[in-house]
Amino acid sequence: MNNNLYNYILGIADNSLILGQRLGELTGHGPSLETDIACTNISLDLFGQVRSYFQYAGKIAGDGRSEDDIAMLRKERDYKNVLLVEQPNTNFAYTIARQFLFDAYHLAFLGELQKSTDLTLSAIANKCVKEVSYHERFSSDWVKRLGDGTEESHQKMQNAIDDLWTYTDELFHQTEADKAMVEEGIGVDITQLKDNYYKYVSEVLEEATIEVPDIKYFQKGGKQGIHTEHLGYILAELQYMQRAYPNMEW
Amino acid sequence: MSEEQIKSLEKQFNERIERDEKIEPKDWMPEKYRKTHIRQISQHAHSEIVGMLPEGNWITRAPSLRRKVALLAKVQDEAGHGLYLYSACETLGVSRNELYEQLHTGKAKYSSIFNYPALTWADMGAIGWLVDGAAIINQVPLCNTSYGPYARAMIRVCKEESFHQRQGFEIMLKLCNGTPEQKEMAQDALNRWWWPSLMMLGPTDDKSVHTEQSMKWKLKRKTNDELRQQFIDQTVPQADVLGLTIPDSDLKWNEERQSYDFGEIDWDEFWQVVKGHGPMNKERMKARVGAWQRGEWVRDAAMAYADKKQAEKEKQAV
Repeated sequence: MNNNLYNYILGIADNSLILGQRLGELTGHGPSLETDIACTNISLDLFGQVRSYFQYAGKIAGDGRSEDDIAMLRKERDYKNVLLVEQPNTNFAYTIARQFLFDAYHLAFLGELQKSTDLTLSAIANKCVKEVSYHERFSSDWVKRLGDGTEESHQKMQNAIDDLWTYTDELFHQTEADKAMVEEGIGVDITQLKDNYYKYVSEVLEEATIEVPDIKYFQKGGKQGIHTEHLGYILAELQYMQRAYPNMEW
Repeated sequence: MSEEQIKSLEKQFNERIERDEKIEPKDWMPEKYRKTHIRQISQHAHSEIVGMLPEGNWITRAPSLRRKVALLAKVQDEAGHGLYLYSACETLGVSRNELYEQLHTGKAKYSSIFNYPALTWADMGAIGWLVDGAAIINQVPLCNTSYGPYARAMIRVCKEESFHQRQGFEIMLKLCNGTPEQKEMAQDALNRWWWPSLMMLGPTDDKSVHTEQSMKWKLKRKTNDELRQQFIDQTVPQADVLGLTIPDSDLKWNEERQSYDFGEIDWDEFWQVVKGHGPMNKERMKARVGAWQRGEWVRDAAMAYADKKQAEKEKQAV
């Protein structure tokens, strides 16, 4: 099996998996029916993407492991998502800030992944990019609404951006698998996306009257499986059924 | 308007309903018709929204990605149903915020079934199979009800509900064809959801206060007892396919009636739950009211932002 390709796919899909799981926590508890529907819909899209990626990863592994085995039967240290997506739904401003900071990256990433020489990945990216452009429109609109809404919403959005900013740099860190896949023309060189990302995000924040944080220290580790304490609880729910009732069909 | 004029309008109104014509929002309607419809449609909308909670509770724990996606889509459909039904209700001159207020203060009711807890994954099957099954029996006749916006909303709702019901049955089937542990989970869910599902079809005819008037307005086409019998007759053979036992020792095919006889429903339990003392009434309300209160600053921000943008536009126009 091509280990680098396998790990590369997991690195992409785990972000959607964990973010989808976080958004799924909110279903039925949103601030309005419309936002509830939108967040559920984004979660639904992300899990749909996860299924495409993991089905492909299962094929590459070639040992009969299923999408669910990959999604639900790994240990904490084997999940490769960035720290940003596992951050909690502290309030709706955090949910939106997390979504926007990820969507802006995700959209640019998928735009490049469409050019992959791996035809399956490029086909998946081609489908996902349409969904994610909607996610990004939703989250950037809400960043502006909350940032430039009331004094209270402005403060909450500023706090969320201040807290989550520290997780943005990791989006552009390359793993060994990333580097190997770039070399083969399969992967996206994410280091090339960084400048445009910060430029675009800053423009949206400016329009939202939110100050761009000026910090020197960033958090990292997710891509190497060194997560925040939140991940264990996310996995406890995600894996519960597969762990409590092993080897069954659902 | 004189009393005579009102009488004549009422006569014409009743004749229109007799002829199966739809009543539209701008048409004249008796005040009681308007109020009854607000009550029933909003109760239905609230049921969709509260109904998201027991199933939403399992989204993060769904056993497979396929099931998780289907469950998310289902709960999202319920939110969508809530949205059309609130909109249909708004055509009768009441705002969504007023309706929420009625729900949150306990003035408006929602389907009592959602005051039972969803404890295991099999409950996702049982809710789809039984609860959506009973809901469809209640709702299909409403696709032809007299009030246009409600009838049109119900056509869409019913299509999606029947899909949900099949999905629920399919969850049960998978469990029943699985390991003994899975089948036991399915039987346990049936045991807990069976009687509340029968209660969902409402009190017996002699205790039902709204039936007669609602039949006239085609808000109801069959009585509660008729609907309940239809549900039982339809569901028992499905339980046989699953190889599950309906938890009713008095359940027996009646050759003469060509229907199932069934045991006594615990109406004390029904009224206890309706009156707010079921296992989850307080939790459900806490969740709804909590989401609404936590969301207030978000809704305020959206309004303030829209006002700012509108003012900017007007300024540009000048």
